[in-house]
Amino acid sequence: MNHLRRSFLAVASGASALVAAGFVKPRAAEAATWNKQGFEAKAYNDAIKGLGATNMIESKDISITAPDIAENGAVVPVAITSKIPNTRSISIVAEKNPFPLAATFDVANGAEPYASVRLKMGQTSNLRAIVKADGKYYTAAKEVKVTVGGCG
Amino acid sequence: MFMTRGRLAALALALLASPIAAQDGPDGLAVGRQMLAEDNPGELWVARGQRLFFEKRGPKKASLESCDLGLGPGKVEGAFAQLPRYFADTDKVQDLESRLMTCMVTLQGFTTEDILRNRFGTLDNDSDMEALVSFIGSKSNGMKMNVPLRHAKEAEAYKAGEYLFHRRSGPLDFSCATCHADQGRRIRLQELPNMTDSKQVQTVVATGWPAYRGTQATVRTMQHRLYDCNWQMRLPDLGYASDMSIALTSYLNHRGNGGVVQLPGVRR
Amino acid sequence: MAEPMRIRAALQGDVADVRILMRHPMETGQRKDAKGDIVPTHFIQNVVVTHNGRTVLDAQWSQAVSRDPFLGLRVKGAKAGDTIVVTWTDNKGDKRTDEATVAAAS
Repeated sequence: MNHLRRSFLAVASGASALVAAGFVKPRAAEAATWNKQGFEAKAYNDAIKGLGATNMIESKDISITAPDIAENGAVVPVAITSKIPNTRSISIVAEKNPFPLAATFDVANGAEPYASVRLKMGQTSNLRAIVKADGKYYTAAKEVKVTVGGCG
Repeated sequence: MFMTRGRLAALALALLASPIAAQDGPDGLAVGRQMLAEDNPGELWVARGQRLFFEKRGPKKASLESCDLGLGPGKVEGAFAQLPRYFADTDKVQDLESRLMTCMVTLQGFTTEDILRNRFGTLDNDSDMEALVSFIGSKSNGMKMNVPLRHAKEAEAYKAGEYLFHRRSGPLDFSCATCHADQGRRIRLQELPNMTDSKQVQTVVATGWPAYRGTQATVRTMQHRLYDCNWQMRLPDLGYASDMSIALTSYLNHRGNGGVVQLPGVRR
Repeated sequence: MAEPMRIRAALQGDVADVRILMRHPMETGQRKDAKGDIVPTHFIQNVVVTHNGRTVLDAQWSQAVSRDPFLGLRVKGAKAGDTIVVTWTDNKGDKRTDEATVAAAS
Protein backbone atom coordinates (compact mmCIF):
# COMPACT_ATOMS: atom_id res chain seq x y z
CA MET A 1 0.00 0.00 0.00
CA ASN A 2 2.54 2.54 1.15
CA HIS A 3 5.02 1.58 -1.56
CA LEU A 4 2.27 2.11 -4.05
CA ARG A 5 1.53 5.52 -2.62
CA ARG A 6 5.16 6.53 -2.77
CA SER A 7 5.45 5.52 -6.39
CA PHE A 8 2.35 7.53 -7.21
CA LEU A 9 3.96 10.59 -5.62
CA ALA A 10 7.08 9.88 -7.63
CA VAL A 11 5.01 9.79 -10.80
CA ALA A 12 3.42 13.07 -9.76
CA SER A 13 6.82 14.73 -9.26
CA GLY A 14 8.02 13.41 -12.58
CA ALA A 15 4.98 14.91 -14.23
CA SER A 16 5.70 18.16 -12.43
CA ALA A 17 9.15 18.36 -13.93
CA LEU A 18 7.52 18.22 -17.35
CA VAL A 19 5.10 20.92 -16.29
CA ALA A 20 7.96 23.10 -15.02
CA ALA A 21 9.79 22.56 -18.29
CA GLY A 22 6.68 23.80 -20.09
CA PHE A 23 5.88 20.54 -21.85
CA VAL A 24 2.60 19.89 -20.14
CA LYS A 25 -0.22 22.23 -19.28
CA PRO A 26 -0.61 22.32 -15.46
CA ARG A 27 -3.90 20.49 -15.18
CA ALA A 28 -4.93 17.79 -12.76
CA ALA A 29 -1.94 16.23 -11.03
CA GLU A 30 -1.78 12.49 -10.36
CA ALA A 31 -3.57 11.65 -7.12
CA ALA A 32 -2.67 9.03 -4.54
CA THR A 33 -4.79 5.87 -4.41
CA TRP A 34 -7.70 6.22 -2.05
CA ASN A 35 -7.08 4.11 1.04
CA LYS A 36 -10.19 1.93 0.74
CA GLN A 37 -9.20 -0.37 3.58
CA GLY A 38 -8.72 2.50 6.01
CA PHE A 39 -11.65 4.66 4.94
CA GLU A 40 -14.19 1.81 4.81
CA ALA A 41 -13.24 0.44 8.24
CA LYS A 42 -16.08 0.83 10.73
CA ALA A 43 -14.15 0.03 13.89
CA TYR A 44 -11.41 2.28 15.22
CA ASN A 45 -8.85 -0.56 15.40
CA ASP A 46 -9.54 -1.56 11.80
CA ALA A 47 -9.11 2.03 10.66
CA ILE A 48 -5.73 2.16 12.39
CA LYS A 49 -4.81 -1.15 10.75
CA GLY A 50 -5.89 0.27 7.40
CA LEU A 51 -3.44 3.10 7.93
CA GLY A 52 -0.72 0.60 8.79
CA ALA A 53 -0.27 2.44 12.07
CA THR A 54 -0.61 -0.37 14.60
CA ASN A 55 2.56 0.69 16.44
CA MET A 56 1.99 4.31 17.39
CA ILE A 57 4.20 6.46 19.59
CA GLU A 58 2.50 9.15 21.69
CA SER A 59 4.02 12.48 20.75
CA LYS A 60 3.94 15.99 22.18
CA ASP A 61 5.26 17.29 18.88
CA ILE A 62 1.84 17.04 17.27
CA SER A 63 -0.57 19.85 18.02
CA ILE A 64 -4.28 19.69 17.37
CA THR A 65 -6.26 22.91 17.12
CA ALA A 66 -9.98 22.28 17.48
CA PRO A 67 -12.72 23.62 19.72
CA ASP A 68 -13.24 21.97 23.12
CA ILE A 69 -16.95 22.21 22.39
CA ALA A 70 -18.32 22.05 18.85
CA GLU A 71 -21.51 24.06 18.41
CA ASN A 72 -22.36 22.04 15.35
CA GLY A 73 -21.14 18.50 14.82
CA ALA A 74 -21.56 18.88 11.05
CA VAL A 75 -18.76 21.42 10.84
CA VAL A 76 -15.94 20.85 13.33
CA PRO A 77 -12.79 22.75 12.37
CA VAL A 78 -9.52 20.97 13.05
CA ALA A 79 -5.93 21.90 12.22
CA ILE A 80 -2.95 19.63 12.80
CA THR A 81 0.67 20.72 13.01
CA SER A 82 3.54 18.25 13.33
CA LYS A 83 6.98 19.26 14.56
CA ILE A 84 8.33 15.75 13.92
CA PRO A 85 11.20 15.87 11.41
CA ASN A 86 10.54 14.27 8.01
CA THR A 87 6.78 14.20 8.48
CA ARG A 88 5.36 12.58 5.34
CA SER A 89 1.69 12.33 6.15
CA ILE A 90 -0.93 13.44 8.65
CA SER A 91 -4.13 11.44 9.19
CA ILE A 92 -7.15 12.41 11.26
CA VAL A 93 -9.35 9.85 12.97
CA ALA A 94 -12.65 10.72 14.66
CA GLU A 95 -12.66 7.73 16.97
CA LYS A 96 -16.43 7.31 17.37
CA ASN A 97 -17.53 8.17 13.84
CA PRO A 98 -19.28 5.44 11.79
CA PHE A 99 -16.16 5.44 9.59
CA PRO A 100 -13.41 6.66 11.94
CA LEU A 101 -10.67 7.52 9.42
CA ALA A 102 -11.60 10.97 8.10
CA ALA A 103 -8.62 12.19 6.11
CA THR A 104 -4.98 11.65 5.20
CA PHE A 105 -2.73 14.44 3.97
CA ASP A 106 0.56 13.55 2.27
CA VAL A 107 2.92 16.51 2.32
CA ALA A 108 5.88 16.92 -0.06
CA ASN A 109 8.04 19.43 -1.91
CA GLY A 110 8.05 22.17 0.72
CA ALA A 111 4.54 21.83 2.17
CA GLU A 112 4.77 22.35 5.91
CA PRO A 113 3.60 19.41 8.06
CA TYR A 114 0.25 21.11 8.59
CA ALA A 115 -3.31 20.60 7.44
CA SER A 116 -6.57 22.33 8.29
CA VAL A 117 -9.98 20.86 7.48
CA ARG A 118 -13.54 20.62 8.82
CA LEU A 119 -15.15 17.37 9.83
CA LYS A 120 -18.53 15.89 10.68
CA MET A 121 -18.63 14.33 14.11
CA GLY A 122 -21.60 12.20 15.08
CA GLN A 123 -20.94 12.50 18.81
CA THR A 124 -18.46 13.61 21.45
CA SER A 125 -15.22 11.82 20.66
CA ASN A 126 -11.47 11.96 20.53
CA LEU A 127 -9.97 13.45 17.41
CA ARG A 128 -6.74 11.59 16.85
CA ALA A 129 -3.89 12.80 14.68
CA ILE A 130 -1.53 10.18 13.29
CA VAL A 131 1.72 11.36 11.78
CA LYS A 132 3.98 9.23 9.63
CA ALA A 133 7.65 10.20 9.69
CA ASP A 134 10.69 8.11 8.73
CA GLY A 135 8.48 5.04 8.50
CA LYS A 136 7.22 5.42 12.08
CA TYR A 137 3.82 6.46 13.33
CA TYR A 138 3.30 9.12 16.00
CA THR A 139 0.01 10.15 17.56
CA ALA A 140 -1.80 12.68 19.72
CA ALA A 141 -5.49 13.11 20.55
CA LYS A 142 -7.89 15.81 21.68
CA GLU A 143 -11.46 15.38 22.86
CA VAL A 144 -14.15 17.45 21.16
CA LYS A 145 -17.54 17.65 22.84
CA VAL A 146 -20.38 17.82 20.34
CA THR A 147 -23.45 19.68 21.58
CA VAL A 148 -27.01 20.00 20.46
CA GLY A 149 -27.55 23.53 19.28
CA GLY A 150 -29.99 26.24 20.22
CA CYS A 151 -32.29 28.23 17.96
CA GLY A 152 -32.99 26.81 14.46
CA MET B 1 -23.48 22.54 31.58
CA PHE B 2 -19.75 23.14 31.14
CA MET B 3 -19.70 26.73 32.25
CA THR B 4 -21.38 28.93 34.75
CA ARG B 5 -24.00 31.37 33.57
CA GLY B 6 -21.79 34.29 34.49
CA ARG B 7 -18.93 33.07 32.35
CA LEU B 8 -21.25 32.43 29.46
CA ALA B 9 -22.69 35.91 29.74
CA ALA B 10 -19.18 37.34 29.75
CA LEU B 11 -18.35 35.25 26.71
CA ALA B 12 -21.50 36.38 24.96
CA LEU B 13 -20.59 40.00 25.55
CA ALA B 14 -17.04 39.47 24.40
CA LEU B 15 -18.21 37.77 21.21
CA LEU B 16 -20.86 40.35 20.48
CA ALA B 17 -18.42 43.17 21.03
CA SER B 18 -16.01 41.65 18.52
CA PRO B 19 -17.46 38.83 16.43
CA ILE B 20 -14.49 38.52 14.08
CA ALA B 21 -11.47 39.11 16.31
CA ALA B 22 -9.74 36.13 17.87
CA GLN B 23 -11.36 34.87 21.05
CA ASP B 24 -8.67 32.57 22.30
CA GLY B 25 -10.03 32.64 25.80
CA PRO B 26 -10.54 29.71 28.10
CA ASP B 27 -14.04 29.07 26.75
CA GLY B 28 -14.58 26.04 24.57
CA LEU B 29 -16.48 27.59 21.69
CA ALA B 30 -14.36 30.52 20.60
CA VAL B 31 -11.59 28.60 18.83
CA GLY B 32 -14.10 26.92 16.53
CA ARG B 33 -15.98 30.14 15.82
CA GLN B 34 -12.76 31.90 14.96
CA MET B 35 -11.68 29.11 12.60
CA LEU B 36 -15.01 29.15 10.79
CA ALA B 37 -15.06 32.95 10.49
CA GLU B 38 -11.58 33.00 8.93
CA ASP B 39 -12.74 30.90 6.00
CA ASN B 40 -16.44 31.43 5.52
CA PRO B 41 -18.16 29.11 3.01
CA GLY B 42 -20.55 32.04 2.51
CA GLU B 43 -17.88 33.40 0.15
CA LEU B 44 -18.96 30.69 -2.29
CA TRP B 45 -22.47 32.18 -2.20
CA VAL B 46 -21.02 35.66 -2.83
CA ALA B 47 -19.28 34.34 -5.95
CA ARG B 48 -22.41 32.58 -7.20
CA GLY B 49 -24.52 35.67 -6.44
CA GLN B 50 -22.18 37.85 -8.44
CA ARG B 51 -22.44 35.49 -11.39
CA LEU B 52 -26.25 35.38 -11.14
CA PHE B 53 -26.47 39.18 -10.92
CA PHE B 54 -24.69 39.70 -14.25
CA GLU B 55 -26.10 36.66 -16.06
CA LYS B 56 -28.97 37.09 -18.52
CA ARG B 57 -31.71 35.03 -16.89
CA GLY B 58 -35.44 34.49 -16.68
CA PRO B 59 -38.11 34.60 -19.41
CA LYS B 60 -36.90 38.08 -20.43
CA LYS B 61 -33.26 36.95 -20.61
CA ALA B 62 -32.06 40.00 -18.73
CA SER B 63 -29.42 40.56 -16.09
CA LEU B 64 -30.01 42.53 -12.91
CA GLU B 65 -27.57 45.23 -14.02
CA SER B 66 -30.30 47.83 -14.29
CA CYS B 67 -31.88 46.91 -10.95
CA ASP B 68 -32.20 49.98 -8.73
CA LEU B 69 -31.47 48.99 -5.16
CA GLY B 70 -31.88 52.56 -3.95
CA LEU B 71 -28.68 54.19 -5.16
CA GLY B 72 -29.45 54.12 -8.88
CA PRO B 73 -29.72 51.41 -11.55
CA GLY B 74 -27.06 48.72 -11.21
CA LYS B 75 -25.34 50.31 -8.21
CA VAL B 76 -24.71 47.57 -5.69
CA GLU B 77 -21.87 49.22 -3.76
CA GLY B 78 -23.31 50.51 -0.51
CA ALA B 79 -26.88 49.48 -1.34
CA PHE B 80 -27.27 47.04 1.56
CA ALA B 81 -26.10 49.67 4.08
CA GLN B 82 -29.05 51.88 3.14
CA LEU B 83 -31.86 49.34 3.14
CA PRO B 84 -34.75 49.12 3.81
CA ARG B 85 -35.84 52.35 2.14
CA TYR B 86 -38.77 53.85 0.23
CA PHE B 87 -39.03 53.20 -3.52
CA ALA B 88 -41.25 55.50 -5.55
CA ASP B 89 -41.90 52.99 -8.36
CA THR B 90 -43.51 50.50 -6.01
CA ASP B 91 -44.63 53.15 -3.50
CA LYS B 92 -43.34 50.86 -0.76
CA VAL B 93 -40.58 50.53 1.77
CA GLN B 94 -38.50 47.54 0.67
CA ASP B 95 -35.65 45.52 2.14
CA LEU B 96 -32.99 43.90 -0.03
CA GLU B 97 -34.91 40.66 -0.56
CA SER B 98 -38.17 42.38 -1.47
CA ARG B 99 -36.40 44.81 -3.80
CA LEU B 100 -34.59 41.98 -5.55
CA MET B 101 -37.95 40.27 -6.01
CA THR B 102 -39.27 43.40 -7.70
CA CYS B 103 -36.28 43.46 -10.06
CA MET B 104 -36.46 39.74 -10.80
CA VAL B 105 -40.14 40.08 -11.70
CA THR B 106 -40.02 43.35 -13.66
CA LEU B 107 -36.61 43.00 -15.37
CA GLN B 108 -36.22 39.24 -15.73
CA GLY B 109 -39.83 38.11 -15.93
CA PHE B 110 -39.70 35.60 -13.07
CA THR B 111 -42.97 35.08 -11.24
CA THR B 112 -43.31 35.87 -7.56
CA GLU B 113 -44.29 32.21 -7.06
CA ASP B 114 -41.03 31.00 -8.65
CA ILE B 115 -39.00 33.25 -6.40
CA LEU B 116 -40.90 32.32 -3.24
CA ARG B 117 -40.58 28.60 -3.97
CA ASN B 118 -36.82 29.08 -4.11
CA ARG B 119 -36.53 31.59 -1.26
CA PHE B 120 -34.88 29.23 1.23
CA GLY B 121 -32.18 26.92 -0.08
CA THR B 122 -32.23 23.26 0.95
CA LEU B 123 -29.58 20.56 0.83
CA ASP B 124 -30.97 19.57 -2.56
CA ASN B 125 -31.71 22.99 -4.09
CA ASP B 126 -29.72 26.21 -3.92
CA SER B 127 -31.58 29.47 -3.53
CA ASP B 128 -30.74 32.21 -6.03
CA MET B 129 -32.03 34.77 -3.55
CA GLU B 130 -29.59 33.65 -0.85
CA ALA B 131 -26.71 33.95 -3.31
CA LEU B 132 -27.78 37.38 -4.60
CA VAL B 133 -28.23 38.75 -1.08
CA SER B 134 -24.76 37.43 -0.14
CA PHE B 135 -23.18 39.19 -3.10
CA ILE B 136 -24.99 42.49 -2.62
CA GLY B 137 -24.48 42.46 1.15
CA SER B 138 -20.73 41.97 0.67
CA LYS B 139 -20.68 45.04 -1.60
CA SER B 140 -21.29 47.23 1.46
CA ASN B 141 -18.34 45.80 3.38
CA GLY B 142 -16.41 48.47 5.24
CA MET B 143 -19.29 50.95 4.98
CA LYS B 144 -21.45 52.13 7.86
CA MET B 145 -25.12 51.24 8.07
CA ASN B 146 -27.00 54.39 7.12
CA VAL B 147 -30.66 53.49 6.74
CA PRO B 148 -32.77 56.55 5.87
CA LEU B 149 -35.78 57.66 7.86
CA ARG B 150 -36.91 60.59 5.73
CA HIS B 151 -39.98 59.47 3.82
CA ALA B 152 -43.25 59.24 5.73
CA LYS B 153 -43.51 55.54 4.79
CA GLU B 154 -40.03 54.88 6.17
CA ALA B 155 -41.05 56.43 9.47
CA GLU B 156 -44.26 54.43 9.41
CA ALA B 157 -42.38 51.14 8.82
CA TYR B 158 -39.96 51.95 11.64
CA LYS B 159 -42.79 52.64 14.05
CA ALA B 160 -44.64 49.49 13.06
CA GLY B 161 -41.43 47.49 13.50
CA GLU B 162 -40.85 48.93 16.96
CA TYR B 163 -44.39 48.01 17.92
CA LEU B 164 -44.08 44.48 16.53
CA PHE B 165 -40.75 43.92 18.26
CA HIS B 166 -42.34 44.51 21.65
CA ARG B 167 -45.82 43.11 21.02
CA ARG B 168 -46.46 39.84 22.83
CA SER B 169 -48.68 37.37 21.03
CA GLY B 170 -49.25 33.75 20.11
CA PRO B 171 -49.71 30.65 22.24
CA LEU B 172 -46.46 31.28 24.14
CA ASP B 173 -47.22 34.99 24.64
CA PHE B 174 -43.75 35.85 23.35
CA SER B 175 -42.46 38.97 21.67
CA CYS B 176 -39.07 39.50 20.01
CA ALA B 177 -38.19 41.43 23.16
CA THR B 178 -38.82 38.38 25.36
CA CYS B 179 -35.53 36.95 24.10
CA HIS B 180 -33.76 39.99 22.69
CA ALA B 181 -34.10 42.84 25.20
CA ASP B 182 -31.90 41.68 28.09
CA GLN B 183 -28.23 41.00 28.62
CA GLY B 184 -26.90 37.47 28.78
CA ARG B 185 -29.91 35.52 27.56
CA ARG B 186 -29.23 32.33 25.66
CA ILE B 187 -30.79 29.18 24.24
CA ARG B 188 -28.60 26.22 25.20
CA LEU B 189 -25.09 27.42 24.29
CA GLN B 190 -26.18 30.17 21.91
CA GLU B 191 -26.09 33.70 23.26
CA LEU B 192 -29.00 35.88 22.18
CA PRO B 193 -28.16 39.46 21.23
CA ASN B 194 -29.80 42.22 23.19
CA MET B 195 -31.31 44.32 20.42
CA THR B 196 -32.05 47.20 22.79
CA ASP B 197 -28.30 47.72 23.23
CA SER B 198 -27.06 50.01 20.48
CA LYS B 199 -23.67 48.28 20.05
CA GLN B 200 -25.24 44.85 19.85
CA VAL B 201 -27.91 45.85 17.37
CA GLN B 202 -25.22 47.48 15.22
CA THR B 203 -23.19 44.27 15.25
CA VAL B 204 -26.16 42.07 14.36
CA VAL B 205 -27.42 44.34 11.61
CA ALA B 206 -24.02 45.08 10.03
CA THR B 207 -22.31 41.70 10.41
CA GLY B 208 -25.10 39.25 11.21
CA TRP B 209 -27.18 38.47 8.11
CA PRO B 210 -26.81 37.19 5.45
CA ALA B 211 -24.76 34.47 7.16
CA TYR B 212 -23.58 31.00 6.29
CA ARG B 213 -25.37 28.63 8.67
CA GLY B 214 -23.27 25.55 9.33
CA THR B 215 -26.24 23.55 10.59
CA GLN B 216 -28.22 24.35 7.43
CA ALA B 217 -25.28 24.30 5.00
CA THR B 218 -26.48 27.42 3.22
CA VAL B 219 -26.52 31.17 3.59
CA ARG B 220 -29.60 32.48 5.34
CA THR B 221 -30.75 36.07 5.05
CA MET B 222 -32.50 38.36 7.54
CA GLN B 223 -35.85 37.27 6.07
CA HIS B 224 -35.08 33.72 7.17
CA ARG B 225 -33.89 34.84 10.61
CA LEU B 226 -37.17 36.65 11.20
CA TYR B 227 -39.21 33.80 9.75
CA ASP B 228 -37.47 31.34 12.06
CA CYS B 229 -37.77 33.53 15.17
CA ASN B 230 -41.45 33.82 14.37
CA TRP B 231 -41.69 30.05 14.15
CA GLN B 232 -39.81 29.70 17.45
CA MET B 233 -42.54 31.85 19.01
CA ARG B 234 -45.13 29.54 17.42
CA LEU B 235 -46.72 32.40 15.52
CA PRO B 236 -48.29 31.93 12.08
CA ASP B 237 -45.67 31.83 9.30
CA LEU B 238 -44.14 35.20 8.62
CA GLY B 239 -44.68 35.99 4.94
CA TYR B 240 -41.49 36.38 2.93
CA ALA B 241 -40.92 40.07 2.17
CA SER B 242 -44.22 40.79 3.94
CA ASP B 243 -44.98 44.24 5.34
CA MET B 244 -44.45 42.83 8.83
CA SER B 245 -41.01 41.45 8.02
CA ILE B 246 -39.95 44.69 6.35
CA ALA B 247 -41.26 46.75 9.27
CA LEU B 248 -39.15 44.71 11.71
CA THR B 249 -36.09 45.02 9.46
CA SER B 250 -36.65 48.76 9.08
CA TYR B 251 -36.74 49.18 12.84
CA LEU B 252 -33.69 46.99 13.52
CA ASN B 253 -31.54 48.17 10.60
CA HIS B 254 -32.17 51.84 11.33
CA ARG B 255 -31.20 51.24 14.93
CA GLY B 256 -28.06 49.53 13.63
CA ASN B 257 -26.93 52.71 11.85
CA GLY B 258 -23.24 53.33 12.40
CA GLY B 259 -22.37 49.63 12.48
CA VAL B 260 -19.63 48.76 9.97
CA VAL B 261 -20.79 46.17 7.45
CA GLN B 262 -18.84 42.92 7.13
CA LEU B 263 -20.82 40.25 5.29
CA PRO B 264 -21.65 37.49 4.92
CA GLY B 265 -21.50 36.42 8.53
CA VAL B 266 -21.08 32.86 9.71
CA ARG B 267 -23.15 31.09 12.34
CA ARG B 268 -23.33 27.60 13.75
CA MET C 1 -20.92 21.49 -13.37
CA ALA C 2 -19.24 22.08 -10.06
CA GLU C 3 -18.89 25.63 -8.84
CA PRO C 4 -15.42 27.21 -8.88
CA MET C 5 -13.30 26.91 -5.76
CA ARG C 6 -12.26 29.96 -3.84
CA ILE C 7 -8.50 29.85 -3.32
CA ARG C 8 -6.57 32.38 -1.30
CA ALA C 9 -2.77 32.15 -1.14
CA ALA C 10 -0.90 34.85 0.75
CA LEU C 11 2.72 35.06 1.80
CA GLN C 12 3.78 35.14 5.43
CA GLY C 13 7.54 35.42 5.19
CA ASP C 14 8.50 32.73 2.66
CA VAL C 15 5.51 30.57 3.50
CA ALA C 16 2.36 30.69 1.37
CA ASP C 17 -0.74 30.31 3.54
CA VAL C 18 -3.18 28.58 1.19
CA ARG C 19 -6.89 28.49 2.04
CA ILE C 20 -9.34 26.70 -0.21
CA LEU C 21 -13.14 26.58 -0.09
CA MET C 22 -14.90 24.09 -2.35
CA ARG C 23 -18.56 23.68 -3.21
CA HIS C 24 -19.48 20.02 -2.79
CA PRO C 25 -22.40 18.21 -1.07
CA MET C 26 -20.14 15.62 0.66
CA GLU C 27 -23.09 13.25 1.01
CA THR C 28 -22.60 10.49 3.57
CA GLY C 29 -25.17 8.16 2.05
CA GLN C 30 -27.27 8.41 5.21
CA ARG C 31 -29.42 11.42 4.40
CA LYS C 32 -32.91 11.29 2.90
CA ASP C 33 -34.13 13.93 0.46
CA ALA C 34 -37.52 15.69 0.60
CA LYS C 35 -39.17 12.68 -1.11
CA GLY C 36 -37.76 10.30 1.49
CA ASP C 37 -35.24 8.70 -0.84
CA ILE C 38 -31.71 8.02 0.39
CA VAL C 39 -29.23 10.41 -1.19
CA PRO C 40 -26.34 8.26 -2.44
CA THR C 41 -22.84 8.69 -1.07
CA HIS C 42 -21.15 11.51 -2.96
CA PHE C 43 -17.93 12.99 -1.67
CA ILE C 44 -14.52 14.28 -2.65
CA GLN C 45 -11.94 11.50 -2.28
CA ASN C 46 -8.76 13.22 -3.41
CA VAL C 47 -7.46 16.76 -3.42
CA VAL C 48 -4.11 17.48 -5.01
CA VAL C 49 -2.42 20.84 -4.57
CA THR C 50 0.57 21.83 -6.68
CA HIS C 51 2.97 24.74 -6.26
CA ASN C 52 4.56 25.81 -9.56
CA GLY C 53 3.68 22.37 -10.91
CA ARG C 54 5.11 20.29 -8.04
CA THR C 55 2.69 18.35 -5.84
CA VAL C 56 2.86 19.76 -2.30
CA LEU C 57 -0.23 18.18 -0.80
CA ASP C 58 -2.06 15.02 -1.73
CA ALA C 59 -5.13 14.56 0.42
CA GLN C 60 -7.46 11.59 0.71
CA TRP C 61 -10.84 12.24 2.27
CA SER C 62 -13.76 10.23 3.58
CA GLN C 63 -17.39 11.34 3.66
CA ALA C 64 -16.68 12.73 7.15
CA VAL C 65 -15.28 15.92 5.66
CA SER C 66 -17.93 18.62 6.01
CA ARG C 67 -20.15 19.85 3.21
CA ASP C 68 -18.62 22.77 1.27
CA PRO C 69 -15.16 21.66 2.34
CA PHE C 70 -12.33 23.82 3.57
CA LEU C 71 -8.67 22.91 3.17
CA GLY C 72 -5.78 24.88 4.59
CA LEU C 73 -2.09 24.21 3.92
CA ARG C 74 1.23 26.05 4.10
CA VAL C 75 3.93 25.96 1.45
CA LYS C 76 7.47 26.93 2.34
CA GLY C 77 9.78 28.54 -0.19
CA ALA C 78 6.98 30.33 -2.02
CA LYS C 79 7.23 33.71 -3.73
CA ALA C 80 4.66 36.26 -4.81
CA GLY C 81 3.34 35.34 -8.23
CA ASP C 82 3.83 31.60 -7.78
CA THR C 83 1.05 29.38 -9.08
CA ILE C 84 -1.09 27.17 -6.86
CA VAL C 85 -3.30 24.65 -8.66
CA VAL C 86 -5.94 22.64 -6.81
CA THR C 87 -7.75 19.62 -8.23
CA TRP C 88 -10.40 17.60 -6.48
CA THR C 89 -11.83 14.29 -7.60
CA ASP C 90 -14.96 12.77 -6.10
CA ASN C 91 -16.23 9.21 -5.83
CA LYS C 92 -18.34 9.63 -8.98
CA GLY C 93 -15.23 10.61 -10.92
CA ASP C 94 -16.18 14.28 -11.19
CA LYS C 95 -13.20 16.63 -11.09
CA ARG C 96 -12.65 20.30 -10.74
CA THR C 97 -9.39 22.23 -11.15
CA ASP C 98 -8.85 25.86 -10.20
CA GLU C 99 -5.75 27.94 -9.76
CA ALA C 100 -4.57 30.99 -7.90
CA THR C 101 -1.51 33.18 -7.71
CA VAL C 102 0.39 33.65 -4.46
CA ALA C 103 -0.18 37.21 -3.27
CA ALA C 104 2.50 39.30 -1.60
CA ALA C 105 2.28 39.74 2.17
CA SER C 106 -0.28 42.41 2.97
